[in-house]
Amino acid sequence: MKTALASQPFLQRLWKPGVLLVACLFSLPIFTVLSFVLRPSNEVWQHLLDTVLGEYLLNSALLMLGVALGTLVIGVGCAWLTSVCLFPGKKLFSWALLLPLAFPAYIIAYTYTGMLDFAGPVQSWLRASTGWGVRDYYFPEIRSLGGAVTIFSLVLYPYVYLLARAAFLEQSVCVLEVSRTLRCSVWSSFYRVALPLARPAIVAGLSLALMETLADYGTVAYFGLGVFTTGIFRTWFGLGDAAAAAKLASILLLFVFTLIVIERWSRRRAQYHHATNRYRRLPQYRLRGYRALLAFCACFVPLMLGFLLPAYQLAVWALETYAYMVDDSFLQLTLNSLELALSAALLAVVLALFLGYGKRILASKTVSASIRIVATGYAVPGTVIAVGIIIPFAWLDNSVDSLLREHYGFSSGLVLSGSLFAVMFAYMVRFMAVSIQTVESGLGNIKHSMDEAARSLSYAPSEILMRVHLPLMKGTVLTALLIVFVDVMKELPATLILRPFNFNTLAVRAFELASDERLADSSTAALMIVAVGLGPVILLSYSISASRAGS
Amino acid sequence: MTSQVDVENLDTGYEGLQVVNRASFSLAPGEIGCILGPSGCGKTTVLRAIAGFEPVWQGRILIDQVEVSSKKIHLVPEKRNIGMVFQDFALFPHLKVEDNVRFGLKAWGRKERQERVQEMLAIVGMLAYAQAYPHQLSGGQQQRIALARALAPRPGVLLLDEPFSNMDAEMREQLAREVRSILKQENNTAILVTHDQNEAFAMADRICVMNEGTIQQQGSGYDLYHEPVNRFVADFIGQGVILPATVESATSVRTDLGVIEGGKRLADEPGAMVDVLIRPDDVVHDDAATESAIVVEKAFRGADFLYHLRMDSGIEVMCLAPSHHNHKINERIGIRLDVDHLVTFSRN
Repeated sequence: MKTALASQPFLQRLWKPGVLLVACLFSLPIFTVLSFVLRPSNEVWQHLLDTVLGEYLLNSALLMLGVALGTLVIGVGCAWLTSVCLFPGKKLFSWALLLPLAFPAYIIAYTYTGMLDFAGPVQSWLRASTGWGVRDYYFPEIRSLGGAVTIFSLVLYPYVYLLARAAFLEQSVCVLEVSRTLRCSVWSSFYRVALPLARPAIVAGLSLALMETLADYGTVAYFGLGVFTTGIFRTWFGLGDAAAAAKLASILLLFVFTLIVIERWSRRRAQYHHATNRYRRLPQYRLRGYRALLAFCACFVPLMLGFLLPAYQLAVWALETYAYMVDDSFLQLTLNSLELALSAALLAVVLALFLGYGKRILASKTVSASIRIVATGYAVPGTVIAVGIIIPFAWLDNSVDSLLREHYGFSSGLVLSGSLFAVMFAYMVRFMAVSIQTVESGLGNIKHSMDEAARSLSYAPSEILMRVHLPLMKGTVLTALLIVFVDVMKELPATLILRPFNFNTLAVRAFELASDERLADSSTAALMIVAVGLGPVILLSYSISASRAGS
Repeated sequence: MTSQVDVENLDTGYEGLQVVNRASFSLAPGEIGCILGPSGCGKTTVLRAIAGFEPVWQGRILIDQVEVSSKKIHLVPEKRNIGMVFQDFALFPHLKVEDNVRFGLKAWGRKERQERVQEMLAIVGMLAYAQAYPHQLSGGQQQRIALARALAPRPGVLLLDEPFSNMDAEMREQLAREVRSILKQENNTAILVTHDQNEAFAMADRICVMNEGTIQQQGSGYDLYHEPVNRFVADFIGQGVILPATVESATSVRTDLGVIEGGKRLADEPGAMVDVLIRPDDVVHDDAATESAIVVEKAFRGADFLYHLRMDSGIEVMCLAPSHHNHKINERIGIRLDVDHLVTFSRN
């Protein structure tokens, strides 16, 4: 169906090539990296294959397995408890359980390391109160694979929680009641009806959590784990081999694509699982006595460990160190981060609006497909994007440079690679998907008949944009801005690789300080990131407490 | 009298697929027309072509004697002086009720605008809700606002696209009558698109029955019911059965129910085989009648019963009987024909 704007052939002619151009540009890094899958291997690659590749694969697999288990248990358990059980604190938990989303994994990793390592408060207290010496006791090493699994589970379970809870709430009360009339107990109706119905949503949430796990660089680098992201870094900067790094990145990308396919497939299936469209308030199983206490603890522990404790520790450190940490250079750092995040957010939303309206107006399969390709960027790890950007940019820089030197006798130097432009480009590749998704859902709320109603009331297309779309899209656009803004504030690996010399952001500075074992000093920057990150989490929790299918 | 809307030999469709074939009709000022047909017959496409949302392949459309659509001309919707009520109402969710109604009055002076909004809200009986937002209203109330919004700028023609299909069945007819009285009050020309004949009867002065892209017949509800021109219209409008018959004389036919005498001259010669349409109200239940039939099915409808009867020849007819004639299934009851006029279709 054509919309109001479609009758302007001029716009239409410009729009389609524009959309395709944008889509090509921002999927370039992904295709660059992918092209390395089939490249013949070189010496360095052979060396990697012989030495570390097995370790990377094994570690990545174990990490994913552990995180899958951890996020499933916490996420699904809490989702079930807060959606169909009644116990003290249920209302609070239903949104507070999202709070760990505000923490980038690497910041929790620093915090826990600071708390739990040998010189930290926990072990010091243990030694002081028992009189044990250094070698008298065993204490689990946080900077290990198990530690990483714990950290990721604590930060990423909200993805599973969010989607599982939405699925439980959307389940029509009928199917649960039918299962009760068919002699299922509360718990067996959970296992036999509710859980299978919610499975597609849970799998979608799980694949999101695993994508984040694969994309992480800060935590695994800090813990010294050999996985793909750290491997790409080492190969690039340690061995100085771009081709081998890109080949590693391409393998990681294959993992990621598998997850994307699983996620999209699950989401599609999740839509078919609505048997009826009549909704009523879900039955609430009132828990009493020790059951209520257990439920309370089951929800409180993830919240405590994933948010309250680390936030408290960061605050304590920040109070100790802010006097000498907050200086002009810190303010400059904050300003850099804010400027970068704001401009990236604006650009991402403008581009998303351009693409979103393109899709709405043109109703073309090519356009929809190319937008879908751009939208896969959200799953691509920052390190992979960085590699995929530097290779073509460096090639372009060098070509231009040698051309200029040959013909005009001067050097242009490196214009694109190692500039803020490259950083911004990476942000677009990674985060435009977020803004596209938000904008598309906002546009979906403006029905085509509203455009037509306005036209039948004598409004020209441009007026409709101002009078109908703008007011209706305001909230959507602000949400998209906020989410991209926060994501950019937290972003670490791509910024780390692509930033210009001597240019720092809060995330990079926190990482540097933590790597120098100045954990307490990194707390002000970390706290700043977490504070900003709370924005979208609050927004999200507000919207889930306000809305429920059918009401 | 000059007409307000003219559709002349209209051909149109989507993406190369023709869905409307040589549609023609005219409406006089203040007349309410209806395009009635099963889903997928192309009725909404005709409406959207009049509104200017779909291009015209052949033929032309005139509103108020001005050509707005043809193969060469396409006036954009906002310049056509139309009003439209959509199936989903399409109220602007960010605007209050009164601002929705005011939306189309941008060219009016401030004072006239305010008066018109008040007037429209009064007409649709929604003055008390001026400050409400659309999501706070029920379906029927949203419907009224959509109507008020479309009528406020005094459009040359009001287009209604299945406006009652989101309503409860029991509300539809009542709303249709209400809308009709509002339209008559404002003396608006309007075109309604629907698949529900009761809505069409309740609202329209003139009905175009459409099937597979072609207008089959135009006329009042009464004409369509009593004098359908083909089997589709006979079947689609009202209930009834089609019986085989032989033409007896210039004005009568012989059926298993006996000879039926119609007032007017038949198209076929005596002796020809034809089909004759028998409506339930043509079959009268009469205990003294010579013919009888067995009750196969019955439906209680309050004031009357609708009986399905099987005659000895195996042919089934329908019969409308007053409610106090309560017969059992398989009971044999007396019937006779009381056909006011004959409707026959040639066999070939």
